[in-house]
Amino acid sequence: MPSNPRTIIQKVWDNHIVAESEAAPALLFIDMHLVHEVTSPQAFAGLRQRGIKVRRPDLTFATVDHSTPTTPRNLPILDPIAATQVAQMETNAQEFGIPYFGFQNRDQGICHVIGPENGLTQPGMTLVCGDSHTATHGAFGALAFGIGTSEVEMVLATQCLLQKQSKSYEVRVDGTLKNGVTAKDIILALCAKIGIGGGTGCVFEFTGSAIRALSMEERMTVCNMSIEAGARAGLIAPDEKTYEYLAGRRFVPKGEKWDEAVAHWKTLPTDEGATYDHSVTIDADTLEPMITFGTNPGMGIAITGTVPDPANIADPLERESLRKALAYMALEAGKPLAGQKIDVVFIGSCTNSRLSDLRSAASVLKGRKVNSAVRVLVVPGSQEIKRQAEAEGLHDVFRAAGAEWREAGCSMCIAMNGDQLSPGQYSVSTSNRNFEGRQGKGGRTFLASPLTAAASAVMGVVTDVRTML
Amino acid sequence: MKFESTITQIQTDNIDTDQIIPARFLKTISKEGLGDQLFFDWRYNADGSPKPDFILNSDKAKASKVLLAGDNFGCGSSREHAPWALTQYGFQAVISTSFADIFKANSLKNRLLPLVVSREVHQQLRDALTANPDLTVNVNVETQIFAWPGGPEIQFEIDAFAKHCLLAGVDEIGYVQQHEAQIAAYEAQRFSTLNTLAN
Repeated sequence: MPSNPRTIIQKVWDNHIVAESEAAPALLFIDMHLVHEVTSPQAFAGLRQRGIKVRRPDLTFATVDHSTPTTPRNLPILDPIAATQVAQMETNAQEFGIPYFGFQNRDQGICHVIGPENGLTQPGMTLVCGDSHTATHGAFGALAFGIGTSEVEMVLATQCLLQKQSKSYEVRVDGTLKNGVTAKDIILALCAKIGIGGGTGCVFEFTGSAIRALSMEERMTVCNMSIEAGARAGLIAPDEKTYEYLAGRRFVPKGEKWDEAVAHWKTLPTDEGATYDHSVTIDADTLEPMITFGTNPGMGIAITGTVPDPANIADPLERESLRKALAYMALEAGKPLAGQKIDVVFIGSCTNSRLSDLRSAASVLKGRKVNSAVRVLVVPGSQEIKRQAEAEGLHDVFRAAGAEWREAGCSMCIAMNGDQLSPGQYSVSTSNRNFEGRQGKGGRTFLASPLTAAASAVMGVVTDVRTML
Repeated sequence: MKFESTITQIQTDNIDTDQIIPARFLKTISKEGLGDQLFFDWRYNADGSPKPDFILNSDKAKASKVLLAGDNFGCGSSREHAPWALTQYGFQAVISTSFADIFKANSLKNRLLPLVVSREVHQQLRDALTANPDLTVNVNVETQIFAWPGGPEIQFEIDAFAKHCLLAGVDEIGYVQQHEAQIAAYEAQRFSTLNTLAN
């Protein structure tokens, strides 16, 4: 046992300190900066005003994902405001010499999908992006967190951030997930347990046998929604699965340099005896498929549960929040959510749009038909995932079932690109946020796993997938 | 930085940045013109007319510099459009029992003070507002004191560096650029021993 045992969170932090002083927060070096069209234009404008360049274009990578349509790529971007924003990203990437997967690039995709897919995300890195779901990259043992546009400009200009260290929070998940229960259900259960503000000021480290048993794609799903439990970042120590996933990817080192990198990565896991500021445990054995009923991701229940009753809540502010959420969702307290009629199913987003998510949804849809009253959108996270899915015939499964098979992007998770709910519609969505209007003004979202989404698509109502396995 | 103001109250917990400014307004490439989009879906009817009963449409709110909100204000998306919209509407401070991390960082970079108070003070202030809706509060960043007539004097927390930047108008990027030698030294040491990106 080392004399000064440290968590992986502390080690990655320590490895990136450029300067420390009494007078200011630490100056933290950033290894990788992902940039997209929505939160960067004002930052590039700031660089122009200052007359400065991007300090490390080689540690910066851009794509377009939020405002981009998911219709066939030979069609123009019809929304002139979105088209301008996408064109501006292209101009900025060219002018500042930033590597860029543009709208027509065969490798375009959601920034949190293409980072790992191309090996831009690696263990021990500090990785930032002007997007709160940057936590996704923590699945590789990177300290990855979302930043605002002022900080995007800061990183473009200096490759550093002024940061105060967050507290550490161990989320220990032991046991074995039952059939029909997935990584998404782990993270929705955490949000329900500690609430949407539960991890504020903290970085999660997910530990335990159930986390170790997850694939890299499942780990990304868990880390992705750290922000939904209030934490700016969430990470998982790298292991053999991590190295196996990364080996041979485009931007990872090869040969001797690969061996050096792996040797470094193996120093990262939390030392025995290291302590955390906070901790919580979740028992994987008792987890059921989870679904949200309200207007924040902490408002979740097991699919067999009932919608909570505001009358049972003592705190007046909390009671009012729940009452307001149920009014928006037009749901009755005390009733089960299973059986609730739905209009749309969205399978996609940086939470659940990877190949294993699509396989999971397809396993339920194969040989079945989507309910005639339900519109189903399947949106792969990247064009590469789209090709992989098509190579194994998943698109045929989706189409035969009556689902739409679309091009890569954020799509109906954030509803900036024309893919959206109409007022009053209900969706089961594999994305990460059920805030009022998140998937379209007046739309009502139930967050769930790809399995639950696919099962609900077939039945036309919120459905416990275990009845169909 | 000190000011006196009436209070605009939106008493909801967990107000997320999608409510503060809906995502469809994020397609702009400018920082301007966002004040009218603040709380858009709570503030306007489907036909675009203002909802007369929503607080931000009142003349009193339009003249107010302080927003009082519920717990965990600014959760969700990292969009800096949220503090841009709040400051362009006219707010200089938001009072809550807690703020989401990214929103708090973004606010301080835009001269919007995230003022954290205890649950007790939050309740006291709401009670005082119930008794007198025209109550004015005084906020002083320099002394870190927040007070209202007949109420307690509250010493609030603010990170020392953030306070210095607010008061002195420090350009943080300019400040970090002064560390160029240290950044270069870090890079030289780091990338001579370990460069894991194969570009």
